[in-house]
Amino acid sequence: MPAAENSYESISLAIIGSGGAGALTAGAIILEAAASSGWYGIMNRSVGPQIRGGEAAALVRLANHRVDCMNKEYDLLIAIDWKNAERFASEMPLAKHGLVLSDPTAGEVPTEIGGLQSNIASVAMKDLAKEIPGGRENMIAVGMAAAIIGLSLESIMDIVTAKLSKKGGEVVEAGRKCIVTGMAQVAKFTDQLKLQNPEKTDAGRWLITGNEAVGYGAVRGGIRFAAAYPITPATEVLEWLAPALSKVGGALVQAEDELSSINMIIGASFGGRASITATSGPGLALMVEALGLATASEVPIVVVDVMRGGPSTGIPTKSEQSDLNIAIHGCHGDAPHIVVAPLSVSDCIFTAQWAVYLAEAMQTAAILLSDQSLGQARVIIDKPANIAFFAKRKIYQGNREETYNRYAITADGISPMAIPGTPGGQYTADGLTHNVRGAPSSTESDHRDQHDKRERKIANFDYGDHWADIGNPDVDAGSDFTILVWGSMAGPTREAIHTLGCEGIKVKLVAMRLLAPFLKQPFLAALKGCDRTLIVEQTHSGQFHNYLRSQCDLPGEIRHFHRPGPHLIGAQEIVDQIRDWKNS
Amino acid sequence: MNTHQTAPFKAADYKSDITPIWCPGCGDFHVLMSITKALVALGKAPEDIAVVSGIGCSSRIPAYTNCYGFHGVHGRSLALAGGLKVARPDLTVLVMSGDGDGFSIGGNHFLHACRRNIDMTYVVMDNRVYGMTKGQPSPTTEPDWDSALSPGGTGLSPFHPLVIALASGANFVARTFSGNIKDTTNTLLEAIHHPGFSFVEILSPCVTFRPDEKEWKNTVHTASVEPTDDPARAARRIMTDDGMNTGILYRGHRKPYGTHVEDQAGDLSILEKQFEI
Repeated sequence: MPAAENSYESISLAIIGSGGAGALTAGAIILEAAASSGWYGIMNRSVGPQIRGGEAAALVRLANHRVDCMNKEYDLLIAIDWKNAERFASEMPLAKHGLVLSDPTAGEVPTEIGGLQSNIASVAMKDLAKEIPGGRENMIAVGMAAAIIGLSLESIMDIVTAKLSKKGGEVVEAGRKCIVTGMAQVAKFTDQLKLQNPEKTDAGRWLITGNEAVGYGAVRGGIRFAAAYPITPATEVLEWLAPALSKVGGALVQAEDELSSINMIIGASFGGRASITATSGPGLALMVEALGLATASEVPIVVVDVMRGGPSTGIPTKSEQSDLNIAIHGCHGDAPHIVVAPLSVSDCIFTAQWAVYLAEAMQTAAILLSDQSLGQARVIIDKPANIAFFAKRKIYQGNREETYNRYAITADGISPMAIPGTPGGQYTADGLTHNVRGAPSSTESDHRDQHDKRERKIANFDYGDHWADIGNPDVDAGSDFTILVWGSMAGPTREAIHTLGCEGIKVKLVAMRLLAPFLKQPFLAALKGCDRTLIVEQTHSGQFHNYLRSQCDLPGEIRHFHRPGPHLIGAQEIVDQIRDWKNS
Repeated sequence: MNTHQTAPFKAADYKSDITPIWCPGCGDFHVLMSITKALVALGKAPEDIAVVSGIGCSSRIPAYTNCYGFHGVHGRSLALAGGLKVARPDLTVLVMSGDGDGFSIGGNHFLHACRRNIDMTYVVMDNRVYGMTKGQPSPTTEPDWDSALSPGGTGLSPFHPLVIALASGANFVARTFSGNIKDTTNTLLEAIHHPGFSFVEILSPCVTFRPDEKEWKNTVHTASVEPTDDPARAARRIMTDDGMNTGILYRGHRKPYGTHVEDQAGDLSILEKQFEI
């Protein structure tokens, strides 16, 4: 919505070029310059499976307010080339007023992009870069984008200097010349797409990815050991943790596979250190056996699953919410555990920290379901508040005189845990059904008592009001619709609710952060009085909807919008669903 | 080495009161006895020792000790023990396995545990059969050994665990016979003291499903040569002997995997700077 003519509170742009052209670097520079100029924003990337030479696009949305997700339509597309455009062009439709700046050698603008012919211009980025010694076309693109949206040369150069100064003054100077040259090419467009001044904020702001945020939140929660096996799109969690843990007295070990990484963290946690691993769907599938072990032997662990398209190897670089079933129901036997999901990139910090707290407090496995759209998005967020949640196990202090029962039946189901080194606390942790001491047992009463205990500790725990983000402060009472989502779908849904609010349609949000255990009472309380509820999820089969139906009778009229990746469900699709419902 | 030092702990301090599930005559009884004796000689408090295992007859050992124990899932004991030792370098970590658990389902972890060279001792009780599931061929079983699951034998060459360990970088390699308790005790103690990843294969007869292995007490013989620090020489000896040669075969000098984990709340501001705008 333009406040003044040709000025916008949010601008979306994409820089497109085959892998190696530097499109992603260009996008990162623009995002960082916008951050230092006081704006908010998010950058996602669209990349093919190739390491070099495949398609790559930096998708950047800048705004004068906090944003959690991309916009559907793009205001500015800068194409160094259109190689493999058929694979991604449908992800970035052009807004009516949108501009396309394309290198003359890049090829035809793909028809999927749309837009008006009068808004397509040719800029010879590659030739201009060649005229500058050491020049690169992606820096020309940075200059063009900066001039159009209103980023100053100084703000860009601060970032470029920081990024390139290690390579020497000549490289920085070449970058500056390219940016100045790029800015000069777009003089006739500089009044068309100005970004409005940012909202004033006193709090500090951070630039962080979802994967970094998960790692940071986990360390904040007390994680001091990690085991790692690389997998797209989760590797960055582990790569962030490796140096971070060594700075705070912890360690990360690279494992030979996911079977090993999860067993390593069970071992480390048995030794008394809060422990974590991160993976994606294929790795989670391998970890399921040991998740059962952690549950049965009551050793706290945190497993992060940054979901991608499935089944099997699926689409590694694209997002989906389709690991919900395996996260909740994957284990054989009855194995109650925790499943949580962050609701935004900034919430990755809180939810990871909370997951550590829950796992440690209840001595069980906690799975955190992030996804590619959160994990690999780089976002400008407000500096997170301090949260008190810190790993705190109920520990057995040791006494050589008494018999220690590791799996003692307690009222809250949580039994004091002895840490190796504690005299008198020796026990054998076991995946076999065991008695209170931990000795293998196949008696009916031991099996039942231990089942009851493990179920009780999770069912009766005080989760506070963190199980979901609920409501819409604009329309506290009497909303027309409710939208029920989990995890990353909260972002586009919040945006959709804002858009609908501008049209006078009041919508309440229920975004679930705690998926398992299912808290029936607060869930039904949150939906009380909701006559029309839309459930939104990014799966082909409707896993979330099926899960909710298996847990309780949903009140009122229910509609269900779900589809698989690779393209993220966007705010506009959700808006359309509610509009259609209203008009039907 | 202080193997003869008087220890403040007695054998009873390392034994639990749980009765083993093993068959009468099982070689694993002797292994348990040797472990207990080695721990007495080591002289470390039971609470500072962790015994980790997977699944199978031999993997039942942790609960029969009075140390901290972990009876985990099938084949993953080395991974679990590795995480424990990295997180808690102060503990003495023993890993107990069998030929099925350690070389078949756990084969990949075996290779990488040797490579990683974390300071712990890996004991594999090799009886060349899956005993707990009642007699199926394992990776070390002879190719013509007949069974219900593989009638007429598997026809597959047996696995050479000691050579694989050498090729993968294990820092200490030995073979003993369970019935020779003194030799096994001394070898285990040396293995525990040796830095890095120590691998001890214990020939431990399964008298129920491999009654032919009762003959092992007559066919094992002590290695007639001194241990070497040259893995190629050690491998050649192992490949050319009859598989019944016992003794310490290899002592390496590789630096153990080094890391350290402290239990501290930590000042996280050092991590936050990278995010600040």
